[in-house]
Amino acid sequence: MSRVTLFALQLLVAVVALVLWQVLTTVPLFGRVWLPPFFFSNPIDVFSQIIKWFSSGVIWKHLMITLWESILAFVIGSAAGILVGFWFARQPRVAAVFDPYVKMVNALPRVVLAPIFALWFGLGVWSKVALGVTLVFFIVFFNVYQGVKEVSTTVLDNGRMLGMNERQLTRHVYWPSALSWMFSSLHTSVGFAVVGAVVGEYLGAAAGLGYLIQQAEGVFDVAGVFAGMFVLSAFVILIDIAVTLVERRLLVWRPAAANGRG
Amino acid sequence: MDTARPMAVALDDATVAFRIGNARVYTAVERARLAVAHGEFVAIVGPTGCGKSTLLNVAAGLLKPAAGSVRIFDQPLLGLNRDAGYLFQADALFPWKTAIDNVAIGLEIMGTPRAEALKRAQGWLTSVGLGAFANRYPHMLSGGQRKRVGLAQVLIRDPKILLMDEPFGPLDAQTRQIMGNLLLELWNADRKAVLFVTHDLEEAIALADRVVIMSAGPRSRIIGDWRVELPRPRDIFEVRLDKEFHALHREIWSVLKDEVMKGYAQSSQPVGAA
Repeated sequence: MSRVTLFALQLLVAVVALVLWQVLTTVPLFGRVWLPPFFFSNPIDVFSQIIKWFSSGVIWKHLMITLWESILAFVIGSAAGILVGFWFARQPRVAAVFDPYVKMVNALPRVVLAPIFALWFGLGVWSKVALGVTLVFFIVFFNVYQGVKEVSTTVLDNGRMLGMNERQLTRHVYWPSALSWMFSSLHTSVGFAVVGAVVGEYLGAAAGLGYLIQQAEGVFDVAGVFAGMFVLSAFVILIDIAVTLVERRLLVWRPAAANGRG
Repeated sequence: MDTARPMAVALDDATVAFRIGNARVYTAVERARLAVAHGEFVAIVGPTGCGKSTLLNVAAGLLKPAAGSVRIFDQPLLGLNRDAGYLFQADALFPWKTAIDNVAIGLEIMGTPRAEALKRAQGWLTSVGLGAFANRYPHMLSGGQRKRVGLAQVLIRDPKILLMDEPFGPLDAQTRQIMGNLLLELWNADRKAVLFVTHDLEEAIALADRVVIMSAGPRSRIIGDWRVELPRPRDIFEVRLDKEFHALHREIWSVLKDEVMKGYAQSSQPVGAA
């Protein structure tokens, strides 16, 4: 399939979906409208809502807040995940002691932490960051831990025979291996940072995309809910493209087939 | 042989054993006595699973013998063998470093300034025929090219002893011969002591000054030691046509053949059953 055909077919899916949505919510078929507009809105209303947000500039503030929360959650969660992952992998005893607690916290659906974070950190940016951190941390932690554990023994022996001491092994062998695992889970961890921010906003905030959707839902403004969802999707896709570009630079040494861990 | 100088590697009745499962002990190598003189190229040949690599790891200090001693230049070996460079059978390059960084790292960790290390690494890449591939990552190189980088990585540190564990094993026949010639050419420049493990008798005779034969494992022993008097410098392609080469090959093979058959029979049984 050529690129043009592929793109045309992809576009066709969107067009068909939107037309169906528009028709089913506005035109009576066999004597009734199949999707009640009150619950399903329609594409034209949704897009005029989006255009209104962007033309008035209201949306930028919310986008910036969500972006900022996601970035903070990603940076803090990753830093903590790298440190703890590295520490546990190099100190098996520490890892063994904490193992049941790590499993316990990781098994917990993180959403239930949102109220407690709201109490601790207030309704501002930091309660959302905290929620995102709890999500990002575990993905990065497990990948870094695995990355250190899975270093090939031949490569390690080679490092030793080349004269590396423990500190140099950490820097030239363990560290790059751990980071490569972390980078290969970059899409997942960045995605979870956004999830943490949006869910946090949805549960209680004064700004952000999640707040926007929650506000619209509160007044049964279904067009507003859908508009928020579309903006959110576009936002996530843009972030994902940025991550792909970063990843391509960081993992040049990897054969192209080896990706998608985590 | 220069008798005034101490042996580069001397294994004295070295026995290597591994604990397998509950209190059972698997003796891989028993009372191995082997000496490699300064500047001598020794090849160890034996059937699969006879503990050739085990012996090499003992000389490298990666494994401790259960009994017996290891002396390097007449000093007992404690910890890793700092005088040795080790070329592994499996891929041992750092996959996240380019070819030139892989070669330079051995100098960098010794404190050589990076610019200087890179300059010398480029020189070594050129001498192994990869001057134009400095910025490739290992996965972008072929198996033979990776071995060349590995060779440069080990040689740049100028080790006094070279330990090689079936280094050309995974390569195809032609590439092996080319790599063999490259190795001889580089070795000829300063004649390090070499301990070269292989299962290929022809390769061993073509490369080495001495060929040592090990019996089939477990409790593998050194059962033969032949001197190869073929003149140097040698060409691997040519030397195989030599009459002396054939005579020696026939003589060693008559001993090795039985062990290969034993080793083959044992390798179809579980470990430690014998």
